[in-house]
Amino acid sequence: MPPGPALGDAPILRVADLRVHFRLGGSPFGGGGRTLKAVDGVSFELRAGETLGLVGESGCGKSTLGRAVLRLLSNVEGRVLWLGEDLARLEPEAMRLKREAMQIVFQDPLASLNPRMTVGEIIAEPLRTFHPELGTPETRLRVKAMMAKVGLLPQQINRYPHEFSGGQCQRIGIARAMINRPRLIVCDEPVSALDVSIQAQIVNLLMDLQREYGLALIFISHNLAIVRHISHRIMVLYLGRVAEIADRSELYRNPRHPYTQALISAVPLPDPDLERARERLVLKGDLPSPLNPPSGCAFRTRCPKATAICARETPPLREIGSCRETGGSHEVACHHWNE
Amino acid sequence: MSEAALTVAPVEEFEGRSLWADARRRFARNKAAMAGLVIVAIVTAACVLAPWIGPHPYDAVDWDRIMAPPDWGAGFYFGTDANGRDLFARTLYGGRVSLSIGAAATLVSLVIGVAWGAFAGFVGGRIDAAMMRIVDILYALPFVFFVILLTVIFTRNFLLMYVAIGAVSWLDMARIVRGQTLSLKRKEFVEAATASGVGTAGILLRHIIPNTLGPVIIYATLTVPQVILIESFVSFLGLGVQEPSASWGTMINEGANVMEIAPWTLLYPASVLAITLMALNFVGDGLRDALDPKDR
Amino acid sequence: MTALLEVQGLDVRFSTPDGEVAAVNEVGFTIAEGETLGIVGESGAGKSQIFMAVMGLLARNGRAAGSVGFRGREMLGLSPAALNELRGARLSMIFQDPMTSLNPYLTIERQLTEVLVTHRGMSRTRARREAVLMLERVQIPEAERRIDRYPHEYSGGMRQRAMIAMALLCRPELLIADEPTTALDVTIQAQILELIRELTRTSRTAVALITHDLGVIAGLCDRVLVMYAGRIVEAGPVRDIFRRPQHPYTAGLIASMPRLDEAEVQRLATIPGQPPNLQRLPPGCAFNDRCPRVFERCRAERPLLAPIATDRSKACHLDRL
Repeated sequence: MPPGPALGDAPILRVADLRVHFRLGGSPFGGGGRTLKAVDGVSFELRAGETLGLVGESGCGKSTLGRAVLRLLSNVEGRVLWLGEDLARLEPEAMRLKREAMQIVFQDPLASLNPRMTVGEIIAEPLRTFHPELGTPETRLRVKAMMAKVGLLPQQINRYPHEFSGGQCQRIGIARAMINRPRLIVCDEPVSALDVSIQAQIVNLLMDLQREYGLALIFISHNLAIVRHISHRIMVLYLGRVAEIADRSELYRNPRHPYTQALISAVPLPDPDLERARERLVLKGDLPSPLNPPSGCAFRTRCPKATAICARETPPLREIGSCRETGGSHEVACHHWNE
Repeated sequence: MSEAALTVAPVEEFEGRSLWADARRRFARNKAAMAGLVIVAIVTAACVLAPWIGPHPYDAVDWDRIMAPPDWGAGFYFGTDANGRDLFARTLYGGRVSLSIGAAATLVSLVIGVAWGAFAGFVGGRIDAAMMRIVDILYALPFVFFVILLTVIFTRNFLLMYVAIGAVSWLDMARIVRGQTLSLKRKEFVEAATASGVGTAGILLRHIIPNTLGPVIIYATLTVPQVILIESFVSFLGLGVQEPSASWGTMINEGANVMEIAPWTLLYPASVLAITLMALNFVGDGLRDALDPKDR
Repeated sequence: MTALLEVQGLDVRFSTPDGEVAAVNEVGFTIAEGETLGIVGESGAGKSQIFMAVMGLLARNGRAAGSVGFRGREMLGLSPAALNELRGARLSMIFQDPMTSLNPYLTIERQLTEVLVTHRGMSRTRARREAVLMLERVQIPEAERRIDRYPHEYSGGMRQRAMIAMALLCRPELLIADEPTTALDVTIQAQILELIRELTRTSRTAVALITHDLGVIAGLCDRVLVMYAGRIVEAGPVRDIFRRPQHPYTAGLIASMPRLDEAEVQRLATIPGQPPNLQRLPPGCAFNDRCPRVFERCRAERPLLAPIATDRSKACHLDRL
């Protein structure tokens, strides 16, 4: 178990009832149209040095959630308390100043870098934005030091993004995010677009940086094996709502929500005998459209345990136990969690 | 390349291979574009050096040679016009006027168009809508009418030509840049810049505008011939450049009047104009292929 | 078992403005009837290009050399007309992104029946009936009604099923699946893999499955080819490859995948370095700049793919891993 924050540290991030609703269609003067509830009432806390893993499939809202926390979207409701301050009440300029400490790493490494800037300029930009008083030599020195720290050769500082491989581009993105020593980094599927052998390198890098700088990470991914490795606590999302949230060991040892169970079961194991002998829980049907979610529990249309109550009442997220190693609470939103 | 971190020793830094360098290489391989570039360069050089090229001044009247055909021995390479002036010199001087109007008006349209379009596209919402409606309204004004109106109000003024033509050409540029900005806004590196805390001005200057330069350069190169044609047309109508100056347009006007008896007075200026415009178009096409190779 | 597809000495080269790129080098393997062969590798491995060459789908600047025999008949260099007789009918291919492989302007019905009408000379009515049956077999609900929809009205998983249906309509002997589930959600991936498993069992179709996901390989394949920088570095039956990998790259790949059934580890095992740049490969073995077991000979001499047991080969200078 990677070292995590001691329980009792005050959370640096507290999200309460976060909602992101998009209005589609309808007139600009109100009336008509449908609502897409990309994120529908999500709450969690995050401490320094802790990694929260967000897992789910298409349409579950995990990327939207990550961006909503950083206020990169506009229709965000609910409270986002960062170091005690509610980000929702901030003016755009005040929010901009907060960005020094809250950063993001993107899924497509090459697309997140301006093709017409050199690597040095890209990494230096956040530094110049918040510390324009540093002269060029000092800025350059810090950029090179950060490049070395993330595993890039400092003498490549004048090269352009298209001259690097995918994994190296992701390192550039991480260097850019780290240059101002942030306290939180949202990682939006940071390794999904990379080759398997490179994924492990980047994950190790993020964990090293976390250990060294006490970073809090929100790690968004659909790859459950990688999420398990890097996270302390994991939240499973389905159509914008939390299905289950628990500390890492507890979730994989004792998943209680049928969707979590299906997700875990669906991950193929690199072992021919085990993989073929396994009893698989294959879900029927497709993910429902987020525009028209089923009534009650959104998962009921694919759930093997669904009954009448699931269509009538949306199951609330309630605590059902805790992780025996770390004590973190285990919460599930399911009527039949105990079966 | 190993994963291990290296000490930050003073090692020589590599030079990057920018996208501009790649584009330059591709352009250089395009024969038509290079030929066009060479022609434009020659014509421009000739026009700039006009006072030192050719034996005769552009405004001297040779009473013995009114509307005389080309005479290489005497140095009248293109012949003379209806007033006995050397057509070759006048063509070069006319080129100065036409090319400078072309360049200046394009520059004006570039600056206004890029600023307008990038700002409108990036800010979006009601401001964007308002700004683009202004563009639509200006677009709807008949240009010639507008120019005639201006010249009548302010009486014939060389500077006015620049203003009038520039004032109309920026509209297309604004639309193009706005379209580019709209699609760039959604790119991840722009989102990354916002997330890094870069302000609106920084994003426009460092991220949006440099990435629109490709289409902007291409369009500007193709605007120059457009502008020259407009100037020629306006001068042809008698509203532009005044005597004794010449532009290619005024010379074509004069030449058209006497083309049955002195075809060279029309032929030479018109040919030079046509060749220059064609060369500029080749350059523009070459730039488009070089800067955006997927778009053939 | 009779050999269905026999590839020998296949080379694929692309001419680019920056010089020639050898995407595939000296690749040889066979696929038997009813067998599922997995081809695993990362960027630059050349795994897709092998089958693009087999199907005659190489880009215009690509050239294939060597031999590709389909039931004894040479496929490289066939005329487009002769290729079209085989493609879609006896060999078919499905791709990673079903949205770009399906024509957005035609209904699913048109695209499915086209295959049947062209290759089996059926009437439209009969073709439609067959197509609906096939859609039901791939578990698309309400197939009779859905068949008249357009691709964009299908979800990602359904589109991939429609592609599989289209590929199987003429009962091909070989199905080539190029990263068929990479773009899909993991629960949908499980459904599609289950479907492929069941279909190939009942109809004895041979499958060439191209992927970078070792878990998928473990679940579906009988034999495996591991590729790196355009060459095969290891080949053999699936269990042997996973239990006793003989090439450091294979071992590295297997080790760097975190597994849900194992205890949590402090640090993921990695393969250091970058995926190979095909235009700047190191001398000798292409893997030598990333290999944990590299020694002198690896930098001087490129190891040849050599058999180490029946149906087991590797391209490595080490005696054993």
